Amino acid sequence: MRVTIRLFARLREIAGTGELVLDLAAPTTIGAVWAELASRYGDLAPYGASVSAARNLEYARMNTAVSEGDEIAFLPPVSGGAGARPHPPE
Amino acid sequence: MPAARLALSVDPIDVVTVTTAVTECATGATGAITSFIGVVRDDNLGRRVQFLEYEGYEPLALRAFLRIEQEIHAHWAAVTLGLHHRLGRLEIGEASIAIVVASPHRAEAFAACRYAIERVKQIVPIWKHEHFEGGASWIEGATADPEDEGARAEALRRACA
Repeated sequence: MRVTIRLFARLREIAGTGELVLDLAAPTTIGAVWAELASRYGDLAPYGASVSAARNLEYARMNTAVSEGDEIAFLPPVSGGAGARPHPPE
Repeated sequence: MPAARLALSVDPIDVVTVTTAVTECATGATGAITSFIGVVRDDNLGRRVQFLEYEGYEPLALRAFLRIEQEIHAHWAAVTLGLHHRLGRLEIGEASIAIVVASPHRAEAFAACRYAIERVKQIVPIWKHEHFEGGASWIEGATADPEDEGARAEALRRACA
């Protein structure tokens, strides 16, 4: 089962690519895909607690099932907008 | 062709363009327009910032903008939202985001504008790579989880403070 993986920001830099295709045994979940990536790229592992995921452009949980042809994105903590800290002290 | 109200672009942000996109959709009931412009600052945590690079997962970011718009309509039904976010390299003083809100009354316009920027920072998949004197660093804020009701409640609290 072939799945396209998208990685962004620091995750992309760690893996050395923003997009890769994995051939995985079915059935599998987003969490298992992450574990496979973390075994290939050990520096990804510390992000396991803070990464979020999307499956085919919908935010998804780690226990979400993955299907042939899916695009799975792993997203580090976001920092859009302006200013450095999203939750500055008030 | 009118500009989109919700957009991502590597081109410089023009707040007049965003405002026009909003006012073309808003009705004669508009009595207030508020705007927020986020600008690249030359200092962050004591570091001299040289420039920023913004990276986004564009299709999901646009969906997140739509989600924020829907959330705003759930609280302030008569509001029209415009939101443009820049991607790519930005120099000091350039706008990274412009939010424009039209509403019949100013209270809703200010609140919805504040809510929009708080939610952008929580759920929109955009990342900032800060280049400063002596190095570069990815800025990492909130774990993106649009279903996190605690984060959403905090954004609403700030909007209504």
